This record gives sequence, structure tokens and C-alpha cells, in this order.
Amino acid sequence: MTAETGIGARVKRKEDQRFLTGTGRYVDDLPLARATYAYFLRSPHAHARIKSIDTSKAKAMPGVVEIFTGKDTADAKMGGLICGWVVKDKHGQPHKAPPHPVMALDTVRYVGDTVAMVVANSHDEAKDAAEAIKVDYEVKPSNVDLAKALKGAPEVHAEAPGNLIYDWEIGVKADVDAAFAKAAHVTKLDIVNNRLIPNAMEPRAAAADYDRGTGNYTLWSTSQNPHVLRLILSAFVLGIPEHKLRVIAPDVGGGFGSKIFCYNEETMLTWAASRVGRPIKWTAERAESFMTDAHGRDHVTHAELALDKDGKFLGLKVDTIANMGAYLSTFSTAVPTYLYATLLAGQYTTPLIYANVKAALTHTAPVDAYRGAGRPEATFVIESIVSKAAKELKMDPAELRRKNFIPKEAFPYQTPVALQYDSGNYPPIIDEAMKIADYKGFEARRAEAKSRGKLRGIGFSSYIEACGLAPSQVIGQLGGGVGQWESAQIKFNPTGNVQILTGAHSHGQSHETTFAQIVSDKLGVPLEQIEVVHGDTATTPFGMGSYGSRSLAVGGSAIMKAADKVIAKGKKIAAHLMEASVADVVFENGVFKVAGTDKNVPLGQAVFAAYVPHNYPLQELEPGMDENAFYDPANFVYPAGTQICEVEVDPDTGTVEVIAHTAVDDFGNIINPMIVEGQVHGGIVQGVGQALLENAVYDKETGQLMSGSYMDYTMPRADDVPSFKLGYKVTPCPHNPLGVKGCGEAGAIAAPAAVMNAVHDALVPLGVTHVPMPATPLNVWQAIHGGK
Amino acid sequence: MTISVAMTVNGKSVSGKVEARTLLVQFLREHLGLTGTHVGCDTSQCGACVVHVDGKSIKSCTILACQLDGAKVTTIEGLAPSADKLHPMQEAFRENHALQCGFCTPGMVMSAIDMVKRNNYQLDEKTVRRELEGNLCRCTGYHNIVKAILAAAPAMKSAGV
Repeated sequence: MTAETGIGARVKRKEDQRFLTGTGRYVDDLPLARATYAYFLRSPHAHARIKSIDTSKAKAMPGVVEIFTGKDTADAKMGGLICGWVVKDKHGQPHKAPPHPVMALDTVRYVGDTVAMVVANSHDEAKDAAEAIKVDYEVKPSNVDLAKALKGAPEVHAEAPGNLIYDWEIGVKADVDAAFAKAAHVTKLDIVNNRLIPNAMEPRAAAADYDRGTGNYTLWSTSQNPHVLRLILSAFVLGIPEHKLRVIAPDVGGGFGSKIFCYNEETMLTWAASRVGRPIKWTAERAESFMTDAHGRDHVTHAELALDKDGKFLGLKVDTIANMGAYLSTFSTAVPTYLYATLLAGQYTTPLIYANVKAALTHTAPVDAYRGAGRPEATFVIESIVSKAAKELKMDPAELRRKNFIPKEAFPYQTPVALQYDSGNYPPIIDEAMKIADYKGFEARRAEAKSRGKLRGIGFSSYIEACGLAPSQVIGQLGGGVGQWESAQIKFNPTGNVQILTGAHSHGQSHETTFAQIVSDKLGVPLEQIEVVHGDTATTPFGMGSYGSRSLAVGGSAIMKAADKVIAKGKKIAAHLMEASVADVVFENGVFKVAGTDKNVPLGQAVFAAYVPHNYPLQELEPGMDENAFYDPANFVYPAGTQICEVEVDPDTGTVEVIAHTAVDDFGNIINPMIVEGQVHGGIVQGVGQALLENAVYDKETGQLMSGSYMDYTMPRADDVPSFKLGYKVTPCPHNPLGVKGCGEAGAIAAPAAVMNAVHDALVPLGVTHVPMPATPLNVWQAIHGGK
Repeated sequence: MTISVAMTVNGKSVSGKVEARTLLVQFLREHLGLTGTHVGCDTSQCGACVVHVDGKSIKSCTILACQLDGAKVTTIEGLAPSADKLHPMQEAFRENHALQCGFCTPGMVMSAIDMVKRNNYQLDEKTVRRELEGNLCRCTGYHNIVKAILAAAPAMKSAGV
């Protein structure tokens, strides 16, 4: 049984039946009797003072139930949205924390900022009425340009003078400078990590209801972490006690980070539900998603790498300005610090690293975690500068990497930037990737392409990431406001089937299958007798949700712990039933046995005895079989891998075509290879999207979002990418019970550098040394033609 | 102003009174409760809302319900021949792990079926990728969707669908 459905099996997904037959239930699909519909009026200006809002005409429009503005939230003394991670600057001072009102009070600070909420009998009526609201704005100077944010640009908040949220550092600058003084070669790099818009295919949505009889609120939200959302709404924003607020995240259509955060709209819906007295539904139009979902990346970086005469890395210096947008989103402050600069060792033995990160405000949408969150930015810096150094030193890029890899014997390896890598073995990964990509045959392919007038290039990216967020005490020391453990409950029913309740949340990750496989494997219960329950604060134990590739490493480990408790209790029951000593009972393939005898009790029988305890050691043991576990990881997990991208550039048009893309990863043990491959494919395409297509652009004069629809923001389509070649190497994680790392973000972390290094390699014959990301035909063409 | 519409959806006669501006996708989701057809954008680009109208794939956000009086509409809910048997395209999506969050899936499946038929059950990877121009997926990177469609083409042919 377990060979076909247990750990390592390519089990087809349990969730597919409903998604393939149109019976998935996403927030917008909920039938709510007597529902009203909300529409949010948003700021058309990047920065303006609200002189007045006149809702009188709108209130008289057909179907309008109620209209709320910032004044209503102020009158109700509603709290502001919070940033849950306090980063201390280089002087030990906490970051600047300007207020983040749920509705704009007297000032709007980006195009899309929330100005009024119309509730009506239908979506269309709410939208029509919003158009009739008169807002008198006094437009003020704005700045959307990160490069100018700290150089006297118009201030976003008075509480953050000069737009500086923090000036943070890691490492000892003087030590790194000393290493640079001894260097035989220094490679310098100036790069911009382009701003991205996450674009989960399901737009953000919420529905809220208030029960007058009980005083209970229910919020359905497209959340990656319903318990954390409830905690924030209860403890910081709305003051509704946690036990009176139920948050349900049903089927959620992708998140990629953007659905971690607590947003204005779901907050307003919950608050207004009791005032309106009817359920309220809201689903973002795609244009709203573009404007108001937390964006990702957006760094301006200068980096320098010092090498000795043999190409050994001596030191790395990195200066980064990170865009926070107009308000600090829920975990925004941690992304460019603890999820970025602590990764700057990469896979290498670089002994000395110094990074300075300045977080800046601009009149743009808030920026927060997006697939990879800090780690793609770090990988892009490291892997770009390493490939650039190889070019300058005329070394093979793989050889320079190999020369500097942390050797297998050095694990656990303490980096100079706080992290201790638990396990890894990098050389076999790059070897395997080069084999799969046929690196040896590349020059022949380049020559063949040249004969067709195309410039072919190859690029490497050897990434490391720290995921499986995270050891709570470490997070606490670094300023994080929450624990980062995960919960699990294994609840047997009397007839032997199982519910796994998890605090993690699946919005595409396939937990219903993977988690069931773990329990099937461990307890010998057939897969079809296992149901995974998630996403409802009323039914699942408090949990931290899914992001940072944590669900399996942390949530799966909690499930293993709960399963151990089931086995321990089952042994006692079985020992009683077999009249044996507990110490003599073993558990194998779903059956308790007394070693050396033919006595046995299947797990199902022990479970039944626990629920019908007629013959049961009630004096020593509680009835029932329902075990809880909380698992707090001892360390992050450290997936690593190498991607190799091969591109062809058309020098006449600047068009880049990805011809081949290889990824070899070490994710530790793999539960379901089919699902892991899917995660890698999707991640790579988001990375290719960043490298070649995607760019969130604000107009520098007006602050308008220029890339505000699928006509302007280039999403990767099927014909933008090839099929991929994947491989695996396994070094099990030594500190979690499954030996697993994480696979959700790796593709997106490594791919941008691999693609951009390939583009740069292709353009060497033309003397081009820098192409900005994304390498669109325009950017490539301009690079070829000297910026003309 | 409301307009009466009557059409056949998934083999059943349905009718309703709609506003003139009601889109087919709104009629399906809000009037008929067929929420398998999704809305992922406002500009007719994502393809999550693709259904079949008189046998051809169409983005149900680009057509008004009142334009379809008398039409035969098939949605993702009406595709499987029975409760325990899927359409070969649905089956191929499951076999090849061509879906993750499931949101784009209904539109993908409906587009893919039309694609296979229009190409007379003969497809290659390049054609599939080009033909998927009107459907966005953010999860799968398209790799397994392409694989599934290529696998479904001969399966549809031999199943005679």
C-alpha cells in the first residue's frame, strides 16, 4: 500500500477532482443569502490632501446600502494596519513606523489608496455609486522613483523624515574593507531588481458576515494564513476578540506571498458587516489587484566582490535601497534584511560580507514578500556578480563557482551573515546540471546559432535559500512579532478513517495529497481514508499558514509529531489488548505486534477500542484517538541548486528566446516528485518572467501605474518558455523528522540570474556588459546600441 | 431595463431576466450558480472564463448574456460524461499534474478541448504553446499543461469526443 501512496510516490492529487469539474469553492463562489456587495473608491492621485468627500449624491443612487469613508473609521477608533516585524537600524533604533490607516483619513499616498467603501445590493450598483462620490483633492508633489526617494524627494509620511524607514547593516565594514585592500581583483556591479506584481490568478476577495444572535463575525478571505489574519484583525485593528471572529480561507487560487498580508478591504468588510446587518462580498477587479496587492522586489543595489589571484572570494560588499511603497505592509521590513542580506554568502565560502540596506518610502503600492521574498534578490546579486567576475577573469563560470563552493565536509557551515547552513553538497548539483544541459556541447550550439544570425548565451545560477520559516526564538531575536512553529492534529474517527487538521494553508501547494501521503506512510492508513482539513480558524488548530516554503518542513514535521503520539498511544492500547508489555510492542505497516509472536492488533482495531473502550485500560489512558502537535523547527532549512539557462538573442530586434532551462535541486527527501516538479516549473517561469517580461512601472511625473492590466504588464505565457529539464540531488535535512527542505520558491529564486547571465553571455561579442532587467527587446536593443 | 434570455446550458434549458449589461459569465455564475467558470481579469486576457458556445470556445466575459438567446453553452461543470468519469482532457490534466491552485483550470480545459478539435486531434508542442496565448496560468509554468494537452489529443480522438 505505502509503496504506491507513501513517501516518494507520484500520487495523483486528491484536490483535482473538484478543480477539474468546476466544483472548487473560492471566496467569490460562496452563495450568501441577502448579500450586499462592496466597491472601493480609490485615489487617482499618487499624493494628495483630501479636502472634502461628498457622498450625498452617491448615497441616493439605486441599490446603495451604505457608504463609509475614513471619517467613519476614525469615529469608530479603528486601529491601523500593522507591520509585524520590528527591524532595528544600525544604531539599534526600531524602524520608523508611520501610521497605515485602513481608509485614507486626510491624505492619499499612492494611486489606489482606499478612499471610500460603497455597499450596495449588487456589484454594479456599488460601482456606479462610487463614480458619483465627489472627492476634492489638493494634489501634492509625489515621488515613485526609488533612486530619488532618499535624495530629497517629496516626503510620504512626516513620521519618516527623508523617506527613510531604516538604515540597517550586517557585518563589519572595516574588516571587509581590509579584505578588499588585499584583493587581486574587484568586480563591481550596479543592478536594479525590477518591481513585480504577484498576479495570483484568483484576485483577492473577501466576504464578511455578522450574526446578531451570537455576536460572532465570519470572514471568508483569500488568505494564505487565516489564523494570523484573525490575530492581526483581533489584537491590533478591529478589537473583535479572536473567539468571536472566525476566518475561513477556502479554496484559494494562488498566493505567492501576496495573500499573506492583512489588507484594507477585508478589514473594512469585517468591520462594516455588523453595521450593514447583511453579509458583504468583495472581489478585486484585476485592475485593483495590480494597484493594491503588495508588490514584490524593487531594489537598487551596488555590490563589489573581492577575489584573490586564484579566483577565491575574499569579501563581498553590498549596498541596497529597498522600496517599501507608501505604507509598511505586514512583513515588509523583514524582506530586504533578514530574508535578503543573511543570504549573501550564497553557496560560497566568502569569509567576509558587509551589507547596508536602506528601506525607503515612495508614493507607490506597499511592497512585501513575493515568491522567494529577499532570497531572489540576494541570489540575483551574488550570481550576477560571480558570473561577471568570471567574465572579467576569463574563467569558466562553473569553475569559478566550484572553486568557491562550501565543501561538503564543512557542514554545518556558519556563514559570516548569521545563518548556519545545516546540510548540503553543492559540487554534484552543478555537475548534474551541466550534464543535463549538455554544457560541453554549448560552443557548437553557439556556433550553429551564429550561422543563423542569432547570439546564443548560457547562464548559471547556483542558489541557496533559507526557508521553512522558522525557529521562533531566532525570529523573536530578530524582531519578528510572531512564533513560526506549525500545528497539526490527527483525528481518527471510530471507524478508522482520519482527518489531518493543519495550521498550514494550501493555495495550490497540494497539501491535501502530500500531507495524506505522510500519514499514510507513517500509520499505514490507506490514502483514500485520509482527509486533510485546513483554512478555517474554527476547525483547525492555531497555525501560522503557508509562505516561505514552510508547509512541509514545519507543518509536515508537526504532522509527524502527532503521528508519533498516535503510535505511542496505540502501543499502550494494543499492549492491553494483547496482554503484553508496552515495551514489547512494535508498530509496523499499520499493525501493532509483539516481537517474536504472532500476536497483532491493527491500528484500526486499537482506534476502535479507544472509542468503544469496553476492553481498555481506562485507569491509565484516556479514550479517543485525537493527537495534537506543535512543531518549532531547530533551524531554517537550506534547499540549494543550480539552474542553467540557454538563450538566443536576435541582435536585430533585441528579442530573447529561452531555448533550454535546466534545474537541479537539493530539496532533501521528496514526498511526491510529481508535485515538486510542478512547483519548480512554476517557480522557474515566474523567474523567467522577472528576467524577460515583467515590470511594474509607475509614471515618474504623475505617479500613475502604467503597467496596470494584462495589456501592459507582461505575464509569461505558454509560448514565452520551453519545457524544462529537472534533476535532483538529496542531502536530507538533519533536523526535521522527514529530512525535507522546501521546494516552493526555489525556481523563482534562481531563475532570474540564470536567464540574465545567459543574456549577458550572448551579448559578449557585441561588447555589451550590462542589460537592465527585465531584458525586454527594448532594453536589449538599447544595450546593443549604447543606450540610444 | 431587464431582458429575458433563454439558452441551453450543459444540456438543460435555462432562462432568466438580466440587465442588458450582464455578461455571460455573470449569468452563469450569479444567475445559474455555475461558479466553475472563473473571472481572473477585466480585459479578456486571462482565459479563466472560457466556455463553449455552440461548440466553440469563447471568453464568457466578452459576450453579453442577451446575445446568446437560444445558444448551447457548455461549462466546465457540464464536461464530464458522468459523476465518476471525466472527459479525456480533464483526465489528462489530472494524470499530468497540469493544475495547482485550480483557478485557471476550467478555462484551460475548455480552451484545450477546442484547440484539439480545431487542430484535428494533431498537435505538437509549439502549436499548443502558441494556441494557449489566451490563457494565463501563474502556478504551473505551463510545462504540465502542455504535456496534458498533447496526451489528451489522441485520447479524445479514440474516445470520439
